[in-house]
Amino acid sequence: MKKMIQHGLAVVDSPYNESGAKRTIMDKLLLGLTPSQYLLQAFRNPLNWILAAIFAIGIPILLGRFVFGLAWATSGSNDYPWGLFLGFGLFAMVPLSSSGFQLGTACEIFGRHDLEPIERLALLNGLLGYFFAVVYLLADLGQPWRLPYPMVVSFGPAAVLFLVAWHVATYLSVQVAEVSTAFFEWIGFPAGKRGVRRITLGLTVSGIILSTLHQGALGALFTYAPGKVHPLWYSSSFQWLHFFVSSLPGGLCMVIGVSTIAAKTMTWRTDGRFQKNLDRITVSLAKGACMGIATYITIKLIGIAHDNKWSYLDSGWGQWFMLEIIMGFMVPLTLMTYGVHTRKMAIVRLGAFMTVFGVVLNRVNTAIITFNWKLPHREIPPWREVVISLAIFAIYIVVYRFILYRLPILYRWRLQEQEAPVTEAVHAPAARRESAPVPVASYSNMTELD
Amino acid sequence: MKRRNFLKACLIGGTTIALGKTNKGWAAGSFEGYPEAMGVLVDTTRCIGCRSCEAACNKEQNLPEPDTSFNDNSVFQEDRRPTAKAYTVVNAYQKNQPGGPVYRKVQCNHCNEPACLTSCFVNAYTKTKEGAVIYNPDVCVGCRNCMIACPFNVPGYDYESVTNPVVKKCILCYDTRLKVGKPPACVEICPQEALTFGHRADLIKVAHERIRANPERYVDHVYGEKELGGTSWLYLAPTDFDKIGFDTTLGNDPIISNVKDFLGMVPMVLSIWPALFSGIHLLSKHDAEGHGHDTENTEEDR
Repeated sequence: MKKMIQHGLAVVDSPYNESGAKRTIMDKLLLGLTPSQYLLQAFRNPLNWILAAIFAIGIPILLGRFVFGLAWATSGSNDYPWGLFLGFGLFAMVPLSSSGFQLGTACEIFGRHDLEPIERLALLNGLLGYFFAVVYLLADLGQPWRLPYPMVVSFGPAAVLFLVAWHVATYLSVQVAEVSTAFFEWIGFPAGKRGVRRITLGLTVSGIILSTLHQGALGALFTYAPGKVHPLWYSSSFQWLHFFVSSLPGGLCMVIGVSTIAAKTMTWRTDGRFQKNLDRITVSLAKGACMGIATYITIKLIGIAHDNKWSYLDSGWGQWFMLEIIMGFMVPLTLMTYGVHTRKMAIVRLGAFMTVFGVVLNRVNTAIITFNWKLPHREIPPWREVVISLAIFAIYIVVYRFILYRLPILYRWRLQEQEAPVTEAVHAPAARRESAPVPVASYSNMTELD
Repeated sequence: MKRRNFLKACLIGGTTIALGKTNKGWAAGSFEGYPEAMGVLVDTTRCIGCRSCEAACNKEQNLPEPDTSFNDNSVFQEDRRPTAKAYTVVNAYQKNQPGGPVYRKVQCNHCNEPACLTSCFVNAYTKTKEGAVIYNPDVCVGCRNCMIACPFNVPGYDYESVTNPVVKKCILCYDTRLKVGKPPACVEICPQEALTFGHRADLIKVAHERIRANPERYVDHVYGEKELGGTSWLYLAPTDFDKIGFDTTLGNDPIISNVKDFLGMVPMVLSIWPALFSGIHLLSKHDAEGHGHDTENTEEDR
């Protein structure tokens, strides 16, 4: 893309092309390229070749799971009923997706409009994370076609999983609505966007409720297995708090991570507003993440003290636990604090990546690695399970990139003048933009149509 | 305009509560089992490891042919667990000890307050008044949460099946026998009378009577009388239970008591959060005109 833009390609960022004619859907889908140009840029991208290799092996095996059954595709273990699909796919993707509700809350409830340039990315990150957690779940369920059963056929209301199912389903629709504003802009349906903007507050508040509950509920699922989860990863009273609190820095750091990657690999797709504000916003997010991590480490230690589990630290499991909490939480906390104070962005971002790693490791530890610590054997996932997990993750990346390339997530959709007043009046009063100097400067720099 | 938003938020919150009212905590006090519940007392000092109970179970429940015949004693070399193809297995312990080996029959213990039942989000499990924990395979989605929850590692999953995999486990022969008052197939076939079928309350008395009459033969404990709120299957043993494969660290509270902390918090969040956050929004709205937030001293909020 970079080369094509150098050669004079205009990036699709408004309903009209350079000559003033309305862009067709096809034109928007192909990023304003001709089909052959589009294929050319796709072939030039080395990531596509890696993805193609993963799909070449992964997709047939993923399909094979539905043809030959779970025993063929996974370990099919009775002792480890939840393997990689849930241990990684569900339990790790969901906390990394808490970004949606956090940035939604910050911007819409607390009025932190300075964070708006990244709000949509955070919302999208949340939506996709949840959506693919459900995809992993569908791959794992014995009878995925019965997924709606807890909603319509048979209710088990005392079960934590019942709550998770309902809340994830509801929250997914909330997130679809939240992200749909970007889609309505892109597709050219301002009425839909206005409709969603009107219920934004309601959506955001229900997002907070649902997130608090099901992030916690995922932890509470493990309180059913007090004898199986290792005591260092288990706390009857605080399990849901541990999961909920660690999801907060997890989601924020995921947004830092994704925005870092996006700023590096798709600079052409970002606008001046995003580029100018990214460092400042990253610092804000990192501050939030630091508070989250500090709280998490504290309640984790309180959890250990509450049940007096210190002696477990002096064991192989204890060392593994300390590796997780030091490399995944304490070191990133130090790095990000240092980075924020000295404005060394590379260090902040390194800390964010390590936090993401720490949260994922924590979930995988709880669900798989230290699960059944009393049993003599450990479960090593068979290769097909690994390949399917990788393939679903690769689909996640492709979908993520597909949307970022097109929808106004990292940039602002420019509107024709006669449409502008209507939409602008609803969501961004001019007075506010004037009072926030940085975005205005960048916005007026790059808008030529206005 | 904003008041309308607030009302809307309340409405949405209220709807969520209405939806969520089914998420009620399992707030009842401890449940000690149905008074007429049946059970089985296993006297491990009598078991000779003939595996005829395994064979009888296989036949009664129409399970697939086992990998090796029920006369094959090499299976005692490993520690087996119940699976979708074998609802009960017999394991040998203390093989090289003077008093050994000690055999232990493993199957669903039919808890008074089953963890599988409380963890199931489609309510597939039922604890019948006869004491059996049965399940409805027609609604099983295959999340396998019950297998995570079961403290005894009992439910097995039918991973081999492509179109209709479900959780499978011992149902105390509920459909074919227990319902009509007959003992389970394994009890009926046992040549050593190691298994005794009867009312759970009576079996507890029988067990303690045996310990009293033969104190040198048994350790003074009936496994399953109190463990995890009590189970329908009760065990007597000649030696410490943890030496013959029992988990003695499970405590006497049913599994669900670990989850109550969280379940009790749910309605609070559902009812407090909408007002709390809408309120904060209204408060922070006030300075929206003149907000010149300095990023240096504002914190990321959550």
